[in-house]
Amino acid sequence: MKFTEEHEWLRVEDDLVIVGITEHAAEQLGDIVFVELPEAGTTVSKDDEVVVIESVKAASDILAPLDGEIIEVNEALPDNPGQVNDDPLGEAWFFKMKIEDMAALDEFMDESAYKKFIG
Amino acid sequence: MPELKRTALYDLHCELGAKMVPFAGYEMPVQYPLGVLKEHLHCRARAGLFDVGHMGQVTIRAKSGAPAQAALALETLVPVSIAGLAEGRQRYAMFTADDGGILDDLMVARRCDDLFLVVNAACKADDIAHLRAHLSDICEIEEITDRGLLALQGPEAERVLQTLAPGAAAMRFMDVAVLDSDFGPLWVSRSGYTGEDGFEISVTNDRAADLARALLTDEAVEPIGLGARDSLRLEAGLCLYGNDIDTGTTPVEAGLQWAIQKVRRDGGDRAGGFPGADRILGELEKGPDRLRVGLRPEGRAPMRAGTPLYASETGGAPVGTVTSGGFGPSVGGPVAMGYVPVDLAGNGRTLWGELRGKRLAVTVCALPFVKQGYKR
Repeated sequence: MKFTEEHEWLRVEDDLVIVGITEHAAEQLGDIVFVELPEAGTTVSKDDEVVVIESVKAASDILAPLDGEIIEVNEALPDNPGQVNDDPLGEAWFFKMKIEDMAALDEFMDESAYKKFIG
Repeated sequence: MPELKRTALYDLHCELGAKMVPFAGYEMPVQYPLGVLKEHLHCRARAGLFDVGHMGQVTIRAKSGAPAQAALALETLVPVSIAGLAEGRQRYAMFTADDGGILDDLMVARRCDDLFLVVNAACKADDIAHLRAHLSDICEIEEITDRGLLALQGPEAERVLQTLAPGAAAMRFMDVAVLDSDFGPLWVSRSGYTGEDGFEISVTNDRAADLARALLTDEAVEPIGLGARDSLRLEAGLCLYGNDIDTGTTPVEAGLQWAIQKVRRDGGDRAGGFPGADRILGELEKGPDRLRVGLRPEGRAPMRAGTPLYASETGGAPVGTVTSGGFGPSVGGPVAMGYVPVDLAGNGRTLWGELRGKRLAVTVCALPFVKQGYKR
């Protein structure tokens, strides 16, 4: 699993990259009450705002970690936003995307680097 | 930035694992480990303890010693009947400005020989200066700085407080009393800011943490932070000064005319005589141009303060603005309040709020969003 400075996790499954947010991010955001996902088939560029999540406190954007195409989104999440707090690394993934160059994943942090990053 | 102040409960908040944030010049708990959502639901189901020690506590006493004189003096600053307030009772009031705007909202209690006021933290310095500037000839104005303020709110608040301060259960909504306790005399009012039954309790700073700990030993009581305090008051349809009411809104626009008793209105024995009376009494007579209303956004997206409101799904200029909004945990969806023109303010009216460039339908609805639990 890889981690971004935006507190997203990236996991490769077959030829797709699954994207979610870390436990640290979920904890910082507080209780999530709203999730808006992109449509499958959307072409995105790195740092595009692709997901809107809102906690009891504030709205935040989830950015596309890389250029690519959104292949599948977690349709169950908007009806059960609290899952982002309950199981951020598992059930509460946001979307799966196809990227051109899997080697680009190497630039992201591994788990120990991310742990240092969040201190 | 000036150094942040701390209430008497600061150490207790830290011990309880609170996340502390700057608020109105104080370091205050925004949430505890339970989290905003569960704190909110717990308060409605059982009981929640809030530190509101940042708020201002002020007494007003007539120099002559005659309580009625202090009451009449305060009536020159608020559109509320203070002289008609019985001993042992409390009323909601607001300081008005000459143009009819609201300088602050507050609680006024009539005690045996003084008036006891609770004002907003962010406004307290201005409020006290305002009181002193206008009432000092007749009254002594004293800021009470040696007492903290707790709020115990929720359906089990009565049972819990009664064990520590006998007499609490005999009070009804908006009663005030001094109750004896192991923590010294408590200045208690049966009121709050959640829509639930409950109490606000003024206690000396040196006993405040002991009292809070004693209340928290009851398994029904959880500490509640500012985050849930905001969602609780929003669901209860209660105004937040600085958001829903301010110097740019009048009490009538804000739907607070219930706080202006007949005796202060045209034809009453003590009609007018407060700042902004012309505008405020005029609006009571003819109706205001706009009104604060409840708003239920469709779907799940919260509409927060500042969201512009439109009369139609496309085109046109904004007709109003959301002044408070967010997710209502007890409602189970987004709730909001805002100002709209009177002709669009009818319950059931559909308006549109613009979020991230998209207009989403909202329905105008009656406040509060939840049933009040007051023991009248």
